Amino acid sequence: MAKHILAALVENRPGVLARVANLFRRRSFNIDSLSVGRTQRDEMSRMTIVMESDSAEADRLVKNLYKLVDVVHVDHLHSQPSVVREMALVKVKASSENRREVIQLCDIFRARIIDVSAESLVVEITGEEEKLENFTELVRPFGIVEMVRTGMIALGRGGHTLKDEGFKPNRSRAAARSNVL
Amino acid sequence: MSDENAATNREAVNPRNGDGGADAVVLTGAEIVCECLLHEGVDIVFGYPGGAILPTYDALTKYPQLHHVLTRHEQGASHMADGYARATGKVGVAMATSGPGATNLVTGIATAMMDSSPIVCITGQVPTGAIGSDAFQETDVTGITLPITKHNYLVTSIDELPEVMREAFHIARTGRPGPVLVDIPKDVQIQEAEFVYPTEPIQLAGYSPPKTARARQVAAALELIRDSKRPIILAGHGISMAGANRELAQLAEKAQIPIALTLLGKGAISEHHPLCLGMMGMHGGAEVNHAIQQADLLIALGMRFDDRVTGNLATYARDSRKIHVDIDPSEINKNVTVDVGIVGDLGEVLRQLLDRVERRPNEAWFDRIAEWRADSELREIVRPAEAPQHPAVPEGKLLGAQVIRDLFEFTAGGAITVTDVGQHQMWEAQYYQHERPHSLITSGGLGTMGFGLPAAIGAKMSRPDQEVWAIVGDGGFQMTMMELATAVQERVNVHIAIINNGFLGMVRQWQEFFYEERYNQTPMVNPDFCKLAEAYGIPTVRVTERGQIEEAVNASRAQTAGPTLIDFVVEKEEIVFPMVPAGADLDDMIRRPTPAEFEQQRRGRAVAAKAPEPQTPESTPPESKPSESEEPAAAAALGSRFGV
Repeated sequence: MAKHILAALVENRPGVLARVANLFRRRSFNIDSLSVGRTQRDEMSRMTIVMESDSAEADRLVKNLYKLVDVVHVDHLHSQPSVVREMALVKVKASSENRREVIQLCDIFRARIIDVSAESLVVEITGEEEKLENFTELVRPFGIVEMVRTGMIALGRGGHTLKDEGFKPNRSRAAARSNVL
Repeated sequence: MSDENAATNREAVNPRNGDGGADAVVLTGAEIVCECLLHEGVDIVFGYPGGAILPTYDALTKYPQLHHVLTRHEQGASHMADGYARATGKVGVAMATSGPGATNLVTGIATAMMDSSPIVCITGQVPTGAIGSDAFQETDVTGITLPITKHNYLVTSIDELPEVMREAFHIARTGRPGPVLVDIPKDVQIQEAEFVYPTEPIQLAGYSPPKTARARQVAAALELIRDSKRPIILAGHGISMAGANRELAQLAEKAQIPIALTLLGKGAISEHHPLCLGMMGMHGGAEVNHAIQQADLLIALGMRFDDRVTGNLATYARDSRKIHVDIDPSEINKNVTVDVGIVGDLGEVLRQLLDRVERRPNEAWFDRIAEWRADSELREIVRPAEAPQHPAVPEGKLLGAQVIRDLFEFTAGGAITVTDVGQHQMWEAQYYQHERPHSLITSGGLGTMGFGLPAAIGAKMSRPDQEVWAIVGDGGFQMTMMELATAVQERVNVHIAIINNGFLGMVRQWQEFFYEERYNQTPMVNPDFCKLAEAYGIPTVRVTERGQIEEAVNASRAQTAGPTLIDFVVEKEEIVFPMVPAGADLDDMIRRPTPAEFEQQRRGRAVAAKAPEPQTPESTPPESKPSESEEPAAAAALGSRFGV
């Protein structure tokens, strides 16, 4: 069992997210996180899928993703040098007495405080998964009121990119295209 | 499957532009659908009208080249499209309205998906503005069919309609074929737009079916073949879909490798070919299953290691290396981990292998298989009427297996047979030997009861030059028998053979073996099928004895217009042998006893009957509770009691 990070370029069409999500359910893939967003090209979105599995299972997911007509390219990002980031927004209880301590922790983790109220702070923290885990463990004693994480996103380092050549947007279809995932 | 089928394009006739000029013309969405169907070479549409698809039905009146077949239920439409597709490899088309019309297609779509059959389903949808409002007859059919289509589309603008239609057919027929659904809102059917049929080649970034195999993998496969002493080819549906039948025979002949067939692989090679062993799996030949289990090399071609052909995966062909060739990469290492996985078009890959495969002697291997076969032949129950019969054959009873064998004889093995699902389907597979590809049409993967009659109608309309028999059980027939009316209305010359045992026979067989003969909900009170068919004006015969079969079959065959029906009233509690219980090892089969074993058991039973009262059954608790993890030993004992 290992963490597998897959990146998928998909056509930016209505229903694509449903197709991918349905695939996970239908073939019983267990997904840790899935994040979706726009890319440098309007016609395409990029999905980052993280799963804890053996490599045979990850291969099975790649093959099944390729069976979806809207999936253009899939890559195992863990098998090559890549940068991986995740963002979390953490609302931490912080009164005037212990606010300093929380701020100090934020400084150490290079996290930013983006909202302050009498009882709490909202902290924005970015990094690899482990860093986020460590930070949340350290602020937990103060009390985490609310937290949200984006799920991982990743890019190959240097010259490694996901192939999108051969992809030509379709003129009349582009009109119907939307960012409705 | 190649794109060649599309080459049968008829000249599209434009209703608004009599001279058929290439200039853009203004058409409604509904007319564009019809134009696209013509461009794809479609001649028949199976369907059922309704509110949301009415504009397209209205447009059909301007396109007499598109013959519409009115089914009696939308399920019939999707099965007919499927049968049509399977008989020729052309794409079958089904059409239905929104809501219940669309949901009624679902069973047929799932059937086509499991067996990789190319169909395109066109459904009406409520107007775009009403989508999501729970409008009358609205259903999310693209959502419903997401996991059972190869791809599907909701067309939201008339501008994308021509491209969507073209992509739908392309996706349905290429690569690993499958069903594609196009859902078209009513307003899109009514809107008008300039129509120019797109001529540039279809380019889908996320879809490019593989063709040739990598040289390194071909070399690895050749090496395994060279090093093998007990090789066997497992040929599936993919052979005939790829049109690789000749290459399969050449490979087997050149390398002297025997061939086992999956159910849908029947027709991949003539079953009279000396290297063809016959069907494998749950009800396959015992010698075939033994050969697979004892092989040192499996060469799986266009098959997917379904649980019905592997049995217990943990013990499946344990001592063998495995080569798997399939056009769908997701099938490689899905159920069975293989040594060499090759993704490609079977025709191409087999040609690559053929170039370099070496002739090799496998005599010792063939001798072993011959021994297994000799044992099977001892147990064989279907023999010529004049030959000495197996003692297990009850006097004066008609057996379903005999009916199929005689049908094979009296049709000279030349018909396209379309089956339903159950015992008769397995007897067909065992006793009707097919020579040609696409000559057996059966629901293998999904096991859809009710498939037989509508699929046979579709097959006959696809191949009007061929003799088509629908071989159905009394259970499955009653699931879609309303399509008799379709066959009559269209004067479809399909011969219906009901193997009527008054039971859901296969389920009854499982109850007998694994549920202590509690025949819950399997006996059926049936109508008089002859009277029923006569109400539709269909000529019928009832057969109750083996001696009547020939005359009945000949009488049916003499009818060359419209359907015919034969009601074969057969033995109620016949068993399909051999049987690998679900989840058991592939060579752990329940067999019919040999004549000698049968006589011995009969004597044993006679002695037991005279013996003093045995202990009551209640005093011994059942050894295991009935479940699907069967008890082969107990079942074998039962099997010997029900000797047929």
